[in-house]
Amino acid sequence: MKVLVCIKRVVDSSSEVVLTEDGQAVDGRYAGFTTSTHEECAVELAVQIAAATGGTATVLTLGDADAVEQLRAALAVGCTAAVHVIADAQTFGPADVAREVAAVARDHDLVLLGNDAADSGDFQVGIRLAYELGWPVVNGVSTVSVDGAEVTASGAGPDGHETYRVPLPAVITVLEGGVEPRYPTVPGRMKAKKVAVAERQPTAEPTGPSRVRLLLPPPTPSDVQILGKGADAAPAVVDLLEQLGVLAR
Amino acid sequence: MIVVLVETTPTGEAVEVSREAITFARSLAAAGGGVPVDAVVVGEPSEGLVATLASYGVRTVHALTGDAFASYAGAAWAAGVQSVRGSSVVVMAAGTPRGNEVMAHLAAREGVAMAANVLSFSGLSPFVVTRQVVGGAALEEMRLSDRPAVFTVAGHAVEAAPAETSGPAEVLAHVPEIAAADLVARVVSSEEPEPDLSGTLKSSRVVVGAGRGAGSSDGFADLLELTELVGGSLGVSRVVTSLGWRPHHEQVGQTGSRISPDLYIPCGISGAIQHWAGCSSAKTILAINTDPDAPMVTKASHAVIGDLHEVVPAINAEIRRRRGA
Ligand SMILES: Cc1cc2nc3c(=O)[nH]c(=O)nc-3n(C[C@H](O)[C@H](O)[C@H](O)COP(=O)(O)OP(=O)(O)OC[C@H]3O[C@@H](n4cnc5c(N)ncnc54)[C@H](O)[C@@H]3O)c2cc1C
Ligand SMILES: Nc1ncnc2c1ncn2[C@@H]1O[C@H](COP(=O)(O)O)[C@@H](O)[C@H]1O
Repeated sequence: MKVLVCIKRVVDSSSEVVLTEDGQAVDGRYAGFTTSTHEECAVELAVQIAAATGGTATVLTLGDADAVEQLRAALAVGCTAAVHVIADAQTFGPADVAREVAAVARDHDLVLLGNDAADSGDFQVGIRLAYELGWPVVNGVSTVSVDGAEVTASGAGPDGHETYRVPLPAVITVLEGGVEPRYPTVPGRMKAKKVAVAERQPTAEPTGPSRVRLLLPPPTPSDVQILGKGADAAPAVVDLLEQLGVLAR
Repeated sequence: MIVVLVETTPTGEAVEVSREAITFARSLAAAGGGVPVDAVVVGEPSEGLVATLASYGVRTVHALTGDAFASYAGAAWAAGVQSVRGSSVVVMAAGTPRGNEVMAHLAAREGVAMAANVLSFSGLSPFVVTRQVVGGAALEEMRLSDRPAVFTVAGHAVEAAPAETSGPAEVLAHVPEIAAADLVARVVSSEEPEPDLSGTLKSSRVVVGAGRGAGSSDGFADLLELTELVGGSLGVSRVVTSLGWRPHHEQVGQTGSRISPDLYIPCGISGAIQHWAGCSSAKTILAINTDPDAPMVTKASHAVIGDLHEVVPAINAEIRRRRGA
């Protein structure tokens, strides 16, 4: 069966976040780029499902020319084909992205996405995609397996560990935690370099993300008192606990 | 009218973040000249739930009932909300997994925008909201010009507070017709949820926190001993629950519990904004972290720089020594 998995090139925000001058985007010149862990898990699931069903796993991104780096990374861990919709992702809102993914997705059986993108955090592209396609959508699950014409997906929910079973074709959005994304191997990387990435133009002008601007939260001044380093700090810590009266029995 | 989707606990009470969303809705309603705030609940509401919603200023509770709501289906919930929303200008929910999911379905069905994890609003015309993006490291001002405006409120962005004046609430039971297509993706089975033991965590005077720095599910022995020695509770970061190291009811933060102990001791927790949302009202924070620049360290009142697997056992030994045990 044919699996499509959608990933987004985002600025690595694990260290300090810097905005572009126009305040419309996060500046990635210093921090570098990555994809979210939810999407890494979606890629891993796509590769596993393709292997289990003797099918294909195609990775898709909508992003600028440099986003090919993220496509190659997914190819290196087992995706077999890649589609690059070349556009500035910052000017595409979630409905725009869903429409562009739908234009590619129709001849697939299963589309996997992340539950939420690491930068815009809109929590909705997968759901909008499902409405574009008229397919069912299961949201926020961490394990996915295919059995014939049906897909079973499950994850943690407020009613406990919840399981869904839906007919294919379907859209599923993935949360990290259900699978361990594999690391690329050297042969994997070599193979990835040789795969021809199918480039496309967007099908329509984007309506945009309704963004006025981005802001950074104001920094909070620190007045932390360092009690010490390593195990030697233990007496100072216990002094503090006694002072706060939390050790009294 | 503003419509708020309210989620309930297994025992049928309104969850805290839904009460926060109603509190947010009330301030929005006041800014809009006193429009009514209606609640939507799934299933037959208990008298207690209706009384709580009334105390939060809700006058009308729409109850979605019928077979379609026997088990969770995001599209069906959205169709239900859609069927009762009438001419409302705003439809909103708490920024929980279900809140975000149902609002995204609703927005797609209505052909309008949806803003996830809103913290505040700054203007009504145009309606501009500020929301969390980049995992909380940045904020986005977003214009919501469509009607209805659809959004979710980030957990613990506002404090849940009953209305100053309140009256009784009327319950309207609805049995909306739900299309078969909206029931295709529904929960077919769920394992008994973990017992919700977060009550003890929320009321503890001391909370020992544990994050990715714990290293693995086997890395909690010393932390649990410290918890025991200070007579407190263990609270963890989302990384810890996502990786399955500890149960979800122990999670502190935007999508977990909000705690306000006298002392919080976060060990190996970086202090991401979503975690901070749940622990910022602790009176004293003692951070234990290898990184002196971690936000949890810089925001704390006290800190120890070091490996928690060395620092925590040393603290435990010192407590035992002083107790003469
Ligand atoms: C919508 C949304 C909702 C969220 N809700 C929540 C929530 O409710 N609660 C929550 O916690 N998170 C939440 N998060 C996730 C949050 O953004 C962070 O990813 C998470 O809090 C990080 O967990 P952590 O601090 O354990 O891990 P990390 O950020 O990886 O930090 C680990 C820390 O441990 C330190 N460390 C490592 N090894 C050691 C050691 N041996 N000894 C001492 N220190 C060590 C490191 O220096 C680092 O500071 C949410 C995210 C999103 C997008
Ligand atoms: N520009 C993009 N290219 C490819 N996939 C995307 C893009 N934007 C969002 N997605 C997918 O949609 C998911 C949810 O994104 P969002 O609704 O923006 O939070 C992401 O985890 C990705 O899988």
